[in-house]
Amino acid sequence: MAVTGILGKKIGMTQVFDEKGEVHPITVLQAGPCVITQLKTAAKDGYDAAQIGLVEFVKASKVTKPQAGHFAKNNVPPVKLVKEVPVELRAAKKSGDGEEASNGVVKAGDKVLVDIFSDEKYVDVVGTSKGRGFAGVVRRHNFGGGPKSHGHMFQVQGSIGASSFPSRVFPGQRMPGHMGVDRVTVRNLRIRGIDLDENLIMVEGAVPGPRDGYVLISKAKAPPRERRGFAGSGTVDPLKASKKASGKKK
Amino acid sequence: MSIHPVMQRLAEKLNRTDLPPFVAGDTVRVQVKIKEGDKERLQAFEGIVIARKNGAQGSFTVRKMSFGQGVERIFPFNSKVIDKVEKIRSARVRRAKLFYLRGLRGKAARLKEVERT
Repeated sequence: MAVTGILGKKIGMTQVFDEKGEVHPITVLQAGPCVITQLKTAAKDGYDAAQIGLVEFVKASKVTKPQAGHFAKNNVPPVKLVKEVPVELRAAKKSGDGEEASNGVVKAGDKVLVDIFSDEKYVDVVGTSKGRGFAGVVRRHNFGGGPKSHGHMFQVQGSIGASSFPSRVFPGQRMPGHMGVDRVTVRNLRIRGIDLDENLIMVEGAVPGPRDGYVLISKAKAPPRERRGFAGSGTVDPLKASKKASGKKK
Repeated sequence: MSIHPVMQRLAEKLNRTDLPPFVAGDTVRVQVKIKEGDKERLQAFEGIVIARKNGAQGSFTVRKMSFGQGVERIFPFNSKVIDKVEKIRSARVRRAKLFYLRGLRGKAARLKEVERT
């Protein structure tokens, strides 16, 4: 396991029941299959990373010649989408073996499947949010809007500053404009299930973008710490547990 | 919007299949798991199915009269609360949602029984 991310597609949302019988909203993501199209090494490129590509049907005529050559170099099929993800280095690297060993088990041409998350609890998902076009301030910046009656306009911005002083609008004044189609990262989505046959990963909560939108799924950068009373961690209070045990003996 | 084929296959995997087929108008007895402390017991909820929602997040509504008071309970099909569902009898109904039964009581709220396999 060395690649920390995978490219995927948002499929849709549904709900699942857990062992406790509680219901959770989940987003189904199709993750991969991906291939490593190129390996970047600290020696050659200055940093370690893997360039991965999402394997999906691509018309041969749509692949540019430079791309085709790039894919042919490592004998990988033409891929739909290419992205770079960091590579987790194994401990062996520190011992200073040859550069070949530094990347652990991965090499260019390897498959990347959803099983890279089988030991993980949380993932980060990067997507492109849905486009809202030219949006007003109420939708774009959550302004309150005006009164709904008494001859007022509903969604206008109102004043954007004072008069003769400062005689200008301060930079950063929130105004209407283009909204959406941004790169949005959602962190720490809990994994609710992995389907290896269909390359699916189910995460709890919403993911930016439309259905069939492409997403980058990666291991959680800063997963929440397990704490007492935190859902998922077995809540065993040592004090209460000992009390319970002693009570049973009586 | 039609269902994504991947979602369709996933739903087939996730949905429970042990419940018998029943439709609106059927009288069913739902065995509900109830947790009391550490123990778990079953409680029956018997009544007429007045609505059924299909799909991956489907549910059904059971209505019964309890001490002269109408009680309705909505069960998601995949709910872990349901132990099992027994179909008791079927009735002839002409619509899929029997919400009109809410306005009727006593003799008027009866349904004509019918044999259905």
